[in-house]
Amino acid sequence: MKGYGIWVGRKVVRMLLLLVGVSIAAFVLVSVSPVDPLQTNVGQVALGSMSQEQIAKLEEYWGVGESPLKRYLSWAGDFVRGDMGVSLLYRQEVSHVIGVKLKNSLWLMAAAWVLSGVVGFILGIVAGWNQGRWPDKLIKGYSLLIASTPAFWLALVLLMVFAVWLGWLPVGLSVPIGVEASGVTLWDRVRHGILPALTLSITGVSNIALHTREKMIEVMESDYMLFARARGESVWAMVKNHVLRNISLPALTLQFGSISEIFGGSVLVEQIFSYPGLGQAAVTAGLGSDVPLLLGITIISAAIVFGGNLAANLLYGIIDPRIRRGAAKQ
Amino acid sequence: MEIEEVKDREEREPEELLHIEHLSVSFEQYQGGMEKGDLQVIRDLNVTIRKGEITAVVGASGSGKSLLAHAVLGILPYNATRRGKINYRGQELTQEREAKLRGREIVLVPQSIGFLDPLMKIGPQIRKGKKDKASRKRVDAILKGYSLKPEVGELYPFELSGGMNRRVLVSTALMETPRLVIADEPTPGLEMKLARRVMEHFRELADQGAGVLLITHDLELAMETADWIVVFYGGTTLEEARASDFQEEKLLRHPYTRALWRAMPQNGFAAIPGTQPYAAHMPTGCPFGPRCSRCTEECLQPVPWKEIRGGRVRCAHTEE
Repeated sequence: MKGYGIWVGRKVVRMLLLLVGVSIAAFVLVSVSPVDPLQTNVGQVALGSMSQEQIAKLEEYWGVGESPLKRYLSWAGDFVRGDMGVSLLYRQEVSHVIGVKLKNSLWLMAAAWVLSGVVGFILGIVAGWNQGRWPDKLIKGYSLLIASTPAFWLALVLLMVFAVWLGWLPVGLSVPIGVEASGVTLWDRVRHGILPALTLSITGVSNIALHTREKMIEVMESDYMLFARARGESVWAMVKNHVLRNISLPALTLQFGSISEIFGGSVLVEQIFSYPGLGQAAVTAGLGSDVPLLLGITIISAAIVFGGNLAANLLYGIIDPRIRRGAAKQ
Repeated sequence: MEIEEVKDREEREPEELLHIEHLSVSFEQYQGGMEKGDLQVIRDLNVTIRKGEITAVVGASGSGKSLLAHAVLGILPYNATRRGKINYRGQELTQEREAKLRGREIVLVPQSIGFLDPLMKIGPQIRKGKKDKASRKRVDAILKGYSLKPEVGELYPFELSGGMNRRVLVSTALMETPRLVIADEPTPGLEMKLARRVMEHFRELADQGAGVLLITHDLELAMETADWIVVFYGGTTLEEARASDFQEEKLLRHPYTRALWRAMPQNGFAAIPGTQPYAAHMPTGCPFGPRCSRCTEECLQPVPWKEIRGGRVRCAHTEE
């Protein structure tokens, strides 16, 4: 048990180091970007009509003259004390902005995560069981096709078919335009989320299905499956006793690992559907040199992705008896 | 009346439990590009398993021994074809019958712990996932029979000690009452003492009336424990002899068997040159022909399986 504690402690330290690294990388990228915050956010025309003092004031606001090291350190100092700063674009606390955006994105990503996980798992099992026969060829072909399809392109196609041609679903945003916040129904929100969630699910399925298929083939060719057949176990008994057991562990790891992909995908997909989520906020912050917001989002996303991987590792140790009991014995 | 009928049937029950005749197993394969070909791995194989006796099929690695077990159980891979006749208890063993009998009357004892599901506890594994009370009791009884504690049922395969492994593997055969036990290399890499102990388990099963088909490459162990020894070479059977025939070289019938005998440490440790031919390059006649000093024209044609001195042999030169 003590060994387990040390192991978890190590993982947490690694996560902290990773977060520091990620924040530095994000900061350096913004600092060296050729985007001039004043030109982007205020506009060439407006800048031209401003007095020197006004421009100086704005420059101070965007931190143009400051040395990057000083800016990073002052941000990091505040962050450690729990202050994520104020978003330069939204003029609100970064934590507040992230809270709102995350709430929008979270259920979108959660729906895509669950859907792609379940569908991918089932497709993978069916394909692996029928290795080489037509269901396998169909599923494999589909997965490879989808895996090589960019998420944004798929999003555009879905948008064209379901929003433009058929008109069944809204073109974008997360709520209808011109309706008061109090007048927005749950159904409105769901309708706006369907297409982005679907895009994310479809792209997520292929990865899970292909990996599960691979593992399934390994299970099918294993000695214990041969022995199960030799012992006259029925198909259902084999699936229940051996297949699900041996395939859920890798699937679980994969599922938690796929959080990063869904997260990454959501940036593009939210952009296309103008969905006001975390992904879109990240793009806005990056292009508008809103350093506090960008760093805040980066840190939160990295923490969530890392948390997913950590959860997979921890669950593996809890579920797999070879790790759990093996560790207990030492 | 009924009792008499049962008795009658038991009397009529043949001593031969399993009778395999002219068995061949071939695989459909792609041979370079898209050309399909048949790779014959077992051909014209004859084996008889008798009730209450252990028959050891002895052969070198790569001679297709395991496939024999899989053929009897009906668990050959999908690209394999089986031809020939297998009779079980006087009736043809069709695929439907195999499916009904495997795991119940015909059981396999695997060669290693790797044949157990690594994520399933021993107890549930022995009872094939069944959860009823009777099954649980039976598992406890089986474990006890091999002086294993009931707690062993709660262990995972990786937690078993080397000594427990073998007993657990044999235990898997006993959930129902087996009539035919097929043991595929049950003693790989075991030291003689432990291997003998494993063989005692099979002797017990035979004493209870089951027929045992023991597949092994260990001739010495087979001589000690089996009643019959079938010599397997190049995908076919060359000789079927009583284990006692192996006491003296002159009692043996086939040149290959004699070569095996002479290769044993106590009989001179003499090796003969050459290796077993690969399945795709098997000669039409005697597979041992290319290595045999007595090989003649006759040996290049298919050699019949004939009975000589209470055993059987596939050799043109063996005299009465």
